[in-house]
Amino acid sequence: MRRETQRLILLLLPAGIFFTGFFLIPMADLFMIGGSGKTGWAAYAAILTDRNYFNSLISTLAVAAATTVATLIISGISGVFLQRHKFPGNAALVAMLTFPLAFPGVVIGFMVIMLAGRQGLIGQITQAVTGEKVVFAYSMAGLFMGYVYFSVPRTILTVMAAAEKLDPKLEEAARSLGASPLRVVRDVIIPGLKPAFISAGAICFATAVGAFGTAFTLATRINVLPMVIYTEFTLSANIAMAAALSFVLGAVTWIVLALARTAAGSTVAAAG
Amino acid sequence: MNKPLSITLENCAKTFTDGTRALEPLNLSIREGETIVFLGPSGCGKTTTLRIIAGLEEPDAGGKVLFDGEDVTTLPIEKRNVGMVFQSYALFPNMSVAENIGYGLKIRRESQAALRTRVSEMLGMMRIEALADRRIDQLSGGQRQRVALARALAVRPRALLLDEPLTALDAKLRDTLRLEIDTLLRRLNITAIYVTHDQSEAMALGDRIVVMEHGRVAQIGSPRDIYQKPATRFVADFIGTMNRLNGAVRNGVFTCRAGDMPWATAPADASEILFRPEDIQVTESAEGSTLRGTVAAAFYLGDRTRLFVEVGEKQPLVVESAARRDFSHGETVGLAIDPRGVLIL
Repeated sequence: MRRETQRLILLLLPAGIFFTGFFLIPMADLFMIGGSGKTGWAAYAAILTDRNYFNSLISTLAVAAATTVATLIISGISGVFLQRHKFPGNAALVAMLTFPLAFPGVVIGFMVIMLAGRQGLIGQITQAVTGEKVVFAYSMAGLFMGYVYFSVPRTILTVMAAAEKLDPKLEEAARSLGASPLRVVRDVIIPGLKPAFISAGAICFATAVGAFGTAFTLATRINVLPMVIYTEFTLSANIAMAAALSFVLGAVTWIVLALARTAAGSTVAAAG
Repeated sequence: MNKPLSITLENCAKTFTDGTRALEPLNLSIREGETIVFLGPSGCGKTTTLRIIAGLEEPDAGGKVLFDGEDVTTLPIEKRNVGMVFQSYALFPNMSVAENIGYGLKIRRESQAALRTRVSEMLGMMRIEALADRRIDQLSGGQRQRVALARALAVRPRALLLDEPLTALDAKLRDTLRLEIDTLLRRLNITAIYVTHDQSEAMALGDRIVVMEHGRVAQIGSPRDIYQKPATRFVADFIGTMNRLNGAVRNGVFTCRAGDMPWATAPADASEILFRPEDIQVTESAEGSTLRGTVAAAFYLGDRTRLFVEVGEKQPLVVESAARRDFSHGETVGLAIDPRGVLIL
């Protein structure tokens, strides 16, 4: 029995070292640094009380949530479609959809500017049609567009893999019982894809919360937490505040992921 | 239940988009309350026919599906009110047993009270009351198929369509459920279309059997007709076991490698005869017989012995003997064929 325990500890050692070295210690350190500034532990309270920090936390979570919802809708519809309908060029299209995975955030930011910036395509078209130039690249809307753009590829692949496993007989059974196509989507397809939606959505959310490159490229009016951390750290040299914000950012993301995982776990169990 | 439905297929063919012809033009009338079984090997078009009746596939241009004389060819399945039972059960994994059974009623917006009454009625009919709140993954195969039947019947469908419903079950359970389905169909007096590749299922359940081969109907008839008077060699071979002997007729005697068989009514041009194992007997003694063969294998089945008798043909003859004796490998046995059971195709 004792030897068994020893062996178990030995086997867990690599994972333990990794977890401690790359996660526990830095997080604990970050947490301590967050409390080491001029204001001490009040730095953490400031995230909630300081309007600027609090707003940026809320807008970060809001844009991440909106990105997640939009991405899931787009990927859900197109993922199931691409899985169900094989047409010439299907594989090429899927490959193209996964293209943005390779782009760094800066490139995506640049593409948003090309599309919705002052000289962008949308601006030119709207000016030609309505006489008014629509520019939204440098706002939350632009950031949202960029985030959706790079979130769709990750999600669509997960959805397609899950859609492949959906049993078409379930849809036929529902239809034979009188379910309209919309009802089939609601009662059969969405429940079938739910575990995939939850896990893909969690990753999508976490990525959107922490993304920096795109926001940095679009800059100016955008007030999201990674940008605030950057400003605090490099421009204001307020290392303690940057650390406190980083810690909270990490913790919030971790909580969301943990909740999603629990929810996904219970649906998977319920779905058998 | 509603008044049973009559179904007519007119000129229904099916060609898939890749050019595969799954079904040659088919004309068929299914009578009210009849149980019709589509029987054939995989890829014979039986499931395609079922799916055309269900409304899951549309026949090629020119084909028509009529329910009680009314053209439903373009009506999608959700508007046809037919119950379907699948080989894979296709129960909704995110719903309990009771929710599965009540699903069709919920879609029809029946009141909560009516829904509950009907669901418990169905649970009682299939004798699965105790399973009402179970999750689908907690059920055995047989229980799942009972739930699937209950779900299909709960909405009082005009016809019940069953696509190989027993294939995924083990042999013993298959027999039990076959009996239950048979009793159920008779009691409900519902028009039923049953697809299977299992001939014993077809024989047991069908009022009429449609034997299919390569997208064509090979024969339509009662189980007795199909077995005793097969229309083609394919039907003869597919249903039950068939023995063959090659030879020639001279003066009321059929002569083959195994010997002579007196046969007063023999047609003069008979060169190959077919007969079932029950139409050939092992005689008391080999010496006194004009037909003889050697035992290639003998399987004792308890109530009878199944013999494979070598007579110089490509396939040994299958003979079933009820004699209380042992047969040994290589032993010569005398044989007698009952001419009444002989077929020429």
